[in-house]
Amino acid sequence: MRNIWTICRRELYSYFVSPVAWVLMAIFAILGGILTYEYGSLYLVQNMRMQAQGEQAGLNLNEVVIAPLLSQMAIVSVFLIPMISMRLFAEEKRQGTIELLVTSPITDLELVVGKWLSAVILLATLFGLLLVDFGFFFRYGNPDWKPVATGFVGVLLQGLALLAFGTFISTVTKNQIVAGAVGFAFALLLIFLGWSIEFNNSVLAQVLSYISITTHLDSFTRGVIDTKDIVYYLSMISLGLFLTVRSLESLRWRS
Amino acid sequence: MIQVDSLSKKYARHTAVNNISFTVEKGDIVGFLGPNGAGKTTTMRMLTCFMPPTSGHASVAGFDVFEKPAEVKKRIGYLPETPPLYPEMSVVDYLMFVARLKGVASSDLKSRIGSTMERCSVADVKDKLISKLSKGYRQRVGLAQAIIHNPEVLILDEPTSGLDPKQINETRELIKSLAGDHTIILSTHILPEVESVCKNVIIINQGRVVATDSVAHLKTGSGSSAVQVQVDTAGLADAQAVRQRLEQVSGVSKVVDLIVTPAVFTFEVEGLSGQNVRGELARAVVQSGWQLLELKSSSASLESVFLQLTGSKGITQ
Repeated sequence: MRNIWTICRRELYSYFVSPVAWVLMAIFAILGGILTYEYGSLYLVQNMRMQAQGEQAGLNLNEVVIAPLLSQMAIVSVFLIPMISMRLFAEEKRQGTIELLVTSPITDLELVVGKWLSAVILLATLFGLLLVDFGFFFRYGNPDWKPVATGFVGVLLQGLALLAFGTFISTVTKNQIVAGAVGFAFALLLIFLGWSIEFNNSVLAQVLSYISITTHLDSFTRGVIDTKDIVYYLSMISLGLFLTVRSLESLRWRS
Repeated sequence: MIQVDSLSKKYARHTAVNNISFTVEKGDIVGFLGPNGAGKTTTMRMLTCFMPPTSGHASVAGFDVFEKPAEVKKRIGYLPETPPLYPEMSVVDYLMFVARLKGVASSDLKSRIGSTMERCSVADVKDKLISKLSKGYRQRVGLAQAIIHNPEVLILDEPTSGLDPKQINETRELIKSLAGDHTIILSTHILPEVESVCKNVIIINQGRVVATDSVAHLKTGSGSSAVQVQVDTAGLADAQAVRQRLEQVSGVSKVVDLIVTPAVFTFEVEGLSGQNVRGELARAVVQSGWQLLELKSSSASLESVFLQLTGSKGITQ
């Protein structure tokens, strides 16, 4: 545990003394703010129009604003996640510090989990910034907090899985740009797989759609926690981290 | 302390380390000497558990590097060829990280880091970012990182490469001061370094150990003592004549041309072992009416031994 925290803390140090963390936070805050403004305005305009037509019920804030907003930010995070994970091992390999880590009395698993955890903390910080925007909804509206909470759990779980694969990809190369590009392509692939179900209902399409990372997110943003989805994300995280540990081992045999 | 037994490392196309064996006693400083690409770094990487050997065994402090890497890693301090530094960290933060990583107890962290920084003389830059440090300071921070957990064994891969002469001297002094507490293996392709720092030397070439000996023994053991003679004949005799005259001096076994310019000739004269031929040589030169410009004992430098052992003329044990 102590070793994991030692690794994690050093990674966070690097994220926050370099511009990486601050740039990502700025991007997330700005895009989150703009989307909040746009969805919020849309909601107000439509609500007024409906009231003018004499309808009493009004629009559901959760469905019209919060769920799509979270989904959009999940897409934004898909773009940012490769930027978080790409340096984790590629940078160590490039500057030779991997020799220090690998010859220290810690296990490969501790090393991998420590690094991944630091990326997770940075990602959680990014989504934490959205709480400021969501504060306005709770201050001026009356949304149901439960779908908001499950939505956050969903986008974080998706992020955790993508980060685990991003960490793996980062062990394969010394070049951060390559790690970033491959990570990004992989994330997009996981999204595109989900589209196959829309024009085809074969078994293959169903399997591909299950593998896709976004199909599992929708239920979370609607306030539903399905064990199937939890199992999916946990297995993706485990698979990603497992591959990372294995890749690190094979690095020794090959190098 | 360190036992290496027929260790090999093979890559797909070539064999980097081929069946090497040696032992290092506790408290020793051993120079690991060889031309670039001889397999020094590969051997060190196997000792530090960075990579597993293809065959053979190695143990450090009684623990096998393949069976018990965790125990070995606790007892080894390793300075790779490029110091493993994080440019964005300050010196003290970096050492704090390494100390934690190496398992230094939380209560000892401050004192260990303080004393290590003193010892490696980096205390004056402790709050500077590593990216702003000069090469000499970086190397010392690298050394500090290797000794921070007070390991029994220190493995230093070319610790003085890329430093200026003053820094080289300081680093060597530092390494010498570490001997005794630690068993040290240092690799280098610089011969004077081995002569000035190490007690024993392991010479390695093309993945094989070609000699294992003490520095003193290697230097004297290479046979007869050699003398360098520089003669100015002012055009009265040619090199051939001078060489023949020198060969006639009693006790001389061999005369080799070193540098021959039109007026000044330099020879290396080897005497029969145990005989001091310098006096006789001087007399012979002066009596022939030539000027003796220089006469010095060049007790076979480690350099010539090294070239002899690793040269293209064939490798002999």
